[in-house]
Amino acid sequence: MTAERAGAPGPDGTVTAEERAVGTGTANPGGAPAAAERTAGPPADAASASLLQVADLSVRIAGLHILQGVSFDVASSGVTVLLGRNGVGKSTTLRAILGLTPRNGTATGSVRLGGEEILGRPTHALVKAGLGFVPEDRCVFAGLTVAENLRLAERTDAPDYDLVFSLFPELSKRAKQRAGSLSGGQQQMLSLGRVLLNSNRLLLIDEPTKGLAPKVVTEVAEALERAAQAVPVLLVEQNLAVVRRLAGDAVVIAAGQVAWTGPGEQLLADPALTKSLLAVNAAGGH
Amino acid sequence: MSTIVLMTVTGLGLAALYFLVASGLSLVFGLADVLNFAHGLFLSVGAYATWWAAGNLPGAGSDGWGFVLAVAFGVLAGTVVAALVELVMIRPLYSRTIEQVLVTVGLSLAGVAALQAGFGADPRPFPRPSWTQQVVTIAEARVPLDRLLLIVAALVVLGLLLAFLRWTRYGLIIRAGVENREMVTALGIDVRKAFTLVFAIGGAAAALAGALSGVYFGSVSPTSGASLLIFAFIVVVIGGMGSVSGSAIAAVAVGLLQQFVNYYGTSGAGDICVVALLAVVLLWRPAGLAGKAATA
Repeated sequence: MTAERAGAPGPDGTVTAEERAVGTGTANPGGAPAAAERTAGPPADAASASLLQVADLSVRIAGLHILQGVSFDVASSGVTVLLGRNGVGKSTTLRAILGLTPRNGTATGSVRLGGEEILGRPTHALVKAGLGFVPEDRCVFAGLTVAENLRLAERTDAPDYDLVFSLFPELSKRAKQRAGSLSGGQQQMLSLGRVLLNSNRLLLIDEPTKGLAPKVVTEVAEALERAAQAVPVLLVEQNLAVVRRLAGDAVVIAAGQVAWTGPGEQLLADPALTKSLLAVNAAGGH
Repeated sequence: MSTIVLMTVTGLGLAALYFLVASGLSLVFGLADVLNFAHGLFLSVGAYATWWAAGNLPGAGSDGWGFVLAVAFGVLAGTVVAALVELVMIRPLYSRTIEQVLVTVGLSLAGVAALQAGFGADPRPFPRPSWTQQVVTIAEARVPLDRLLLIVAALVVLGLLLAFLRWTRYGLIIRAGVENREMVTALGIDVRKAFTLVFAIGGAAAALAGALSGVYFGSVSPTSGASLLIFAFIVVVIGGMGSVSGSAIAAVAVGLLQQFVNYYGTSGAGDICVVALLAVVLLWRPAGLAGKAATA
């Protein structure tokens, strides 16, 4: 499997020479933990332009090779969107960056935040260092109140409740309500609010609009847009209307590898490309 | 009528012991996913340390403030042992469930053996304060004071635990961690620090149960922890892993059922009924009465 992929171009043939080199370098039969003898890394100048560099990230879970040498950069401002069909490993990528690969799995390769290697560091330390995480399916603490959920998330002496409550006034109104009794949209706002209380270097946000009503999707997208003005975001998102609104760069993952990278606009402007990569109709919005 | 009152108070006294052991067990399992078979050891340590302190610690004794000091020493010993067990033996084995179970089972056996080696296998008479052997009359029933002591102690511990879970930062972390430990770490919190704390709290409550069981049964023996632990496990499962109030309710149900059936039915039938209750609850609500979500 690894041998095949080394030379395999993306469906549109846009895999760059650099990516090809990285791909070739990662051919790693057996997937031993000692993974990456990389023959080529990101060019030196990329380090200054990008905040996070993922290089040759491979994840195996329960014997399945879910990510097979994923490499991409996250810009130091704006929103970088991670796209791909269901089950290609977008969430796995975010979770691997954060050290949340499950116990029966291994993540190898390299993840650098501001030039510093972070792969393998404990999750709580990474979050403290400024990686804010909004997981898929919100993961609010259902038995805790809204206020308690927020209080638990405070990482600084001066949490920015003004920002959170101005983005989501609903949260201050429902402070004493149990988070488990909130609607899906309200839970998503709480999940985003928990992260926005603190100052972060990068936000990792996983499918924030999944399963939400159209009106709430707009509200969440607005909040994301505002948040992204202050802090860079790596966003996993399936809703192309939201992607269109937010995306700076786009990274498309297919079959455990990066299939396309480039400006989000360029991807969405090309219906054939969008369809081949994402199996959706860009004009349809979702 | 007087029999029913006496049985009820005695059953509640037993429930108090079960609760004190089960509350810590439940929090440890709910938060850290550790099935701690060594929890009975904390009880025995508390019982023996209290017994030892009453005879040897200056100022401590079997009555008045001396007894309070002896119990405090016993609780402290249980707390320290529990925290050490977590730090030295459990911590290196997180995420290795089988090894963890083996270690705690081994520790519980070794602990009994160590107590037998140190203090002998025979039960030792426990220095209980004389007032605990007096009786009060409640609704025509003559009720020994030791049962009321157990009930009051358990209620105080229940109140303290609920206040701790509700009002403190660590309480918040523990409640959230019982629900979704991974998400707690994803908020930047080192949840393992809370593990040690939960072990220490559980050790303290179990050690208090040890001292009080000495008062109740009149003696301490190396195996008393293990026999109480079985029922505490049942209480934990019925109440719901990680739920302190669930443990309290389940402890009352188990204590009363056991007491009444053992009195009115054949001796020993109460223990079987408790297991039957466990089966019924598991079929009806597999996550226990409180479920895993509600901690406080």
